[in-house]
Amino acid sequence: MTRHVIAAVDELPPGTRKFLDIDGRPIAIFNIKGEFFGLLNRCPHQGAALCEGPLIGLAQSSDPGEIEYTKLGEIIRCPWHGWEFDIRTGQSYCDPKRFRARAYPVNVEPGTAVVKGPYVAETIAVSVESDYVVVDL
Amino acid sequence: MNVQFRPESSASVSIKTAIADCDIHPARATNDELFPFMAKRWHSHLDTYGKQAYHGMMEGPPYPKAQPNASRRDAWPPEGGPQGSSLSFMQKQLLDPYSVALGVLNPLNSGQGLRNQDMAGAICSAINDWQIEKWTSKDRRLKGSIVVANEDGVAAAAEIRKRAGDPNFVQVLLLSRNVEPLGQRRYWPVYEAAQEIGLPVGVHAFGFGGNPLTPSGWPSFYIEEMVGHAQCQQTVLASLVLEGVFERFPKLKMVMIEAGFGWAPSLGWRLDKSFERLHSEVPYLKRKPSEYIRDHIWWTTQPMEDPERRDHLFQTIEWIGWDKLLFATDYPHWDFDEPSRVLPPGVSEANREAFYLGNAKKLYGIA
Repeated sequence: MTRHVIAAVDELPPGTRKFLDIDGRPIAIFNIKGEFFGLLNRCPHQGAALCEGPLIGLAQSSDPGEIEYTKLGEIIRCPWHGWEFDIRTGQSYCDPKRFRARAYPVNVEPGTAVVKGPYVAETIAVSVESDYVVVDL
Repeated sequence: MNVQFRPESSASVSIKTAIADCDIHPARATNDELFPFMAKRWHSHLDTYGKQAYHGMMEGPPYPKAQPNASRRDAWPPEGGPQGSSLSFMQKQLLDPYSVALGVLNPLNSGQGLRNQDMAGAICSAINDWQIEKWTSKDRRLKGSIVVANEDGVAAAAEIRKRAGDPNFVQVLLLSRNVEPLGQRRYWPVYEAAQEIGLPVGVHAFGFGGNPLTPSGWPSFYIEEMVGHAQCQQTVLASLVLEGVFERFPKLKMVMIEAGFGWAPSLGWRLDKSFERLHSEVPYLKRKPSEYIRDHIWWTTQPMEDPERRDHLFQTIEWIGWDKLLFATDYPHWDFDEPSRVLPPGVSEANREAFYLGNAKKLYGIA
């Protein structure tokens, strides 16, 4: 497993996402309310670029006419067929038993740790004063 | 470099074997694109009076769509304009990566279903010229569909005959929702002309005929519209068979576009059973209804049914015939079928080839 430095934390404010190609794999990193999550940018259903879809919430209902809208900004909706996945876990809400989006662990590391560590950070200049978004792959 | 910004292409796979895509929706970047192909009087007529459809809700489709313009969110052309309006982007996103050897254009939002029949004819004819100018003459893989003022059979037939022998067109296009069921006599001039010039007639789901989508009225949700297209197409098909269209026009070939096909066997069974008892009502039919369906009807695959057991799908296709299915993506629409993932395993090589390309080449007369 290699750790990759993706961006300085300041570059990825809450509600934004960044698309990357890491060792040939299309990945997207999301900042959801200050927490970072990574997903494979490929829908497990028919292969669309999943992470280019809109960020929505989850409509749930206990009874007809009663609709609760939760997890606002935490659900990614596929740009083709509208399949919904939880960004935190990769769980599908359309067909959870058969399909799951591949999730990658993302962490925030201080510059001091990143500079010392065996990380891959070819596109960003790392300085010890900043915090960095790091993904394990 | 192992870390970079957003990759260029969103197509994650490419396909090397040539395929046909029998349902592609080209769009206009702006309505002005049609003006060079319409007499000046129609420019000002449209500005002054607008379009009157048989339907209400003219400013948009009767139901909201799952994605903007009912289209894939990655299909906005980089140069602007709506999804499906850029040839170069269509080539990059669909025709090249999926090795589309034949792409059949089905323009929606044309002049079909307008109450002013002269305007309907003028817009449809302009759309046909526009297909040549903007699409088929620029990329030989693409072939057009002749759109016609469907409620005016005489004018429609004249437009069809005007295009006779033009290699830019491979079918005549109708929509499923019309003022009356499509087997009725007002539509026969379309079938007569299509048979005469040797092109199949496609019937694409949708339309603005003024009737609710279902026989029980207007449903509430888009999901009901999605499945309602199958019910609507069943009405169309029963009407075509029972009015005697295929007796009257024995060489006519028709394509049911974008309404599924899983319902076809049960419709055939029910028609045959009733026909045994009610033959005297429609005595001009010489064969069982299901035989007309199996001989005269082709089916595009998007949306393809996805039953839990794949043998159910194969049994359905066996009833229809592996020689009658035409692969379609429905690009750029959101319910796009990705060609490499749509057919489950377990299909013979010969049937796969027919499904993806051979049937379409034969039907549309492409060498």
